Amino acid sequence: MRHLLQKLGFYLIALWAAISLNFFIPRWMPGNPVDIMLSKLAQRGPVTPETRRAIELLLGGDSSLPLWDQYWQYLGQVLGGDLGVSVAYFPTPVVQVIDQTLPWTIGLIGISTVISFLLGIGLGQLAGWKRGSWLDNVVPVTTMFQSVPYFWLALILLFAFGSVWQVFPLNGGYDVWEVSPGWSPEFIGSVLYYGTLPALTIVISSIGGWMLGMRNMMVSTLSEDYIVTAEAKGLKPRRIMTSYAARNAVLPSVAGFAISLGFVVAGSIVTEAVFSYPGIGSALLQAVNSNDYALMQGIFLVITLSVLGANLLVDLLYTVIDPRTRARA
Amino acid sequence: MNHEQNPVLTISDLSIDYLGEPTVHAVKNVSLTLGRGEILGLAGESGCGKTTLAYGVNRLLKPPAVISSGHAVFHSREGYSIDLASLEGEDLRAFRWSRISMVFQGAMNSLNPVISIRAQLEDIFTTHRPDLPKRERRRRCAELLERVGVDPSRLTSFPHELSGGMRQRVMIAMAMALDPQIMIMDEPTTALDVVVQREILREITRLRAELGFAVIFITHDLPLLLEISDRIAVMRAGEIVELADAGELYTNPQHDYTKQLLASFPSLTGDRGDFVRSGVKQEVAS
Repeated sequence: MRHLLQKLGFYLIALWAAISLNFFIPRWMPGNPVDIMLSKLAQRGPVTPETRRAIELLLGGDSSLPLWDQYWQYLGQVLGGDLGVSVAYFPTPVVQVIDQTLPWTIGLIGISTVISFLLGIGLGQLAGWKRGSWLDNVVPVTTMFQSVPYFWLALILLFAFGSVWQVFPLNGGYDVWEVSPGWSPEFIGSVLYYGTLPALTIVISSIGGWMLGMRNMMVSTLSEDYIVTAEAKGLKPRRIMTSYAARNAVLPSVAGFAISLGFVVAGSIVTEAVFSYPGIGSALLQAVNSNDYALMQGIFLVITLSVLGANLLVDLLYTVIDPRTRARA
Repeated sequence: MNHEQNPVLTISDLSIDYLGEPTVHAVKNVSLTLGRGEILGLAGESGCGKTTLAYGVNRLLKPPAVISSGHAVFHSREGYSIDLASLEGEDLRAFRWSRISMVFQGAMNSLNPVISIRAQLEDIFTTHRPDLPKRERRRRCAELLERVGVDPSRLTSFPHELSGGMRQRVMIAMAMALDPQIMIMDEPTTALDVVVQREILREITRLRAELGFAVIFITHDLPLLLEISDRIAVMRAGEIVELADAGELYTNPQHDYTKQLLASFPSLTGDRGDFVRSGVKQEVAS
């Protein structure tokens, strides 16, 4: 229990550090959004000091206050769930933009990452267990797909299955003309149908690493003494493969899984750009294109939170699956 | 002689090769008989084929190792005999541990690090005695640990929480789980200090007297074998060069290599440094 509290405390400090950096880094960077907006406006005509003041208030960048006071104000607003107003989606609040886009990203990228991990671990386990079987020949193929640039692979698949054979839709998260969002079977079916191709590209492009890593760990675990012991004990091969070999071989992959879970939100930009998916990656792209600082900062915060959250989750999971990492209270 | 009238294992003309480049003949035409309830010591230098022989008997060899000739026949207490080479698949799996169990070299790494001692002990019962009720299974696990002098509360521990000696005892407890007729111990005490080693050896001899299993005790420590074994086989380069009663072997060694082995251990009496000096002298002389 104490151990758990220590962990939580550590993550809280990390969270505070991340939020603070999120505040300070944009302010230390040269240029500020108010000047950029004013220069745009100045091209069309003279700008009055009142306009400047109005824009400053709108963006929350009230530069008359000392940085320290701004920081406290910012912390209070973040804790209160107020991340400002988006410029790109004006006048929608940033929180609402994130709220609308995040489920799409977690649904698509999160689920495909999990599928890819489980499938890769399963196949890698079998490939390592029966070395020299046909599965060993699958490994190079999957690693080749991983080495191909992702956007290129995604575009090829989109061209093949969206345009040439028209098995899957070309873009979007669901059929915007036929169904309306809600917990209806039609809507869920439509989401699944639209999500299949993007999910497929993610799985194809990332499964190789899991499979190769698991296969090799499996091979080296199989030469451990406790495997020979298990065999001499007359255990069933299935039991040896799962609780003796795979149980030990999977540990490094779980640590890798934590890292890739953290990148679910950050890694969605290319996928969502290729498939015009309504997720948080598209929103970030939009924010960058229209100098929407509030939205960018909000999304960076979400990325930080997701990395921390995924790490905490796997940290806790790891103490369950590997007793050696358990600290004795 | 007892071991010939009432054998539990007969190895005849057994040869094991490692099919590498070049082929290594690890075990060459070994024949020996293990009597019921006997402790047979198997001594020899590193790499002489002791472990390969033990693995061959238990059919644990992996390619490129192959049994190129000979048989190992197990004679059960119940009166039937099985040629171990004829066992395959499910029969082999069921045979292992219930008839011949093994304590491995470096038992430190013989336990699965991520599952508890209890799970690893219960494994044996759930596989070999699936009808055993859970309560009975738990009781037996606790009993096994008690038998080797480990507190049953250790059942919930993980291997990394035990000392080397305790892990070794757990392995021995595990080896006794199904009341096997033969236990092969492959250097079970090599990594331990002498005090723990002595305790464990005493434990083994006591349990042997109690339960009546036969032991093949593999080690390169000849003085230790002289003390605990009934008979000793001396192995060199894959061959058994001498096989005799422990006392006989000590007082009247026949083979030059046995003499050399016996002379290789420093004596507690005699001049300080005498062993090293005379050892060098002997080598020069021979």
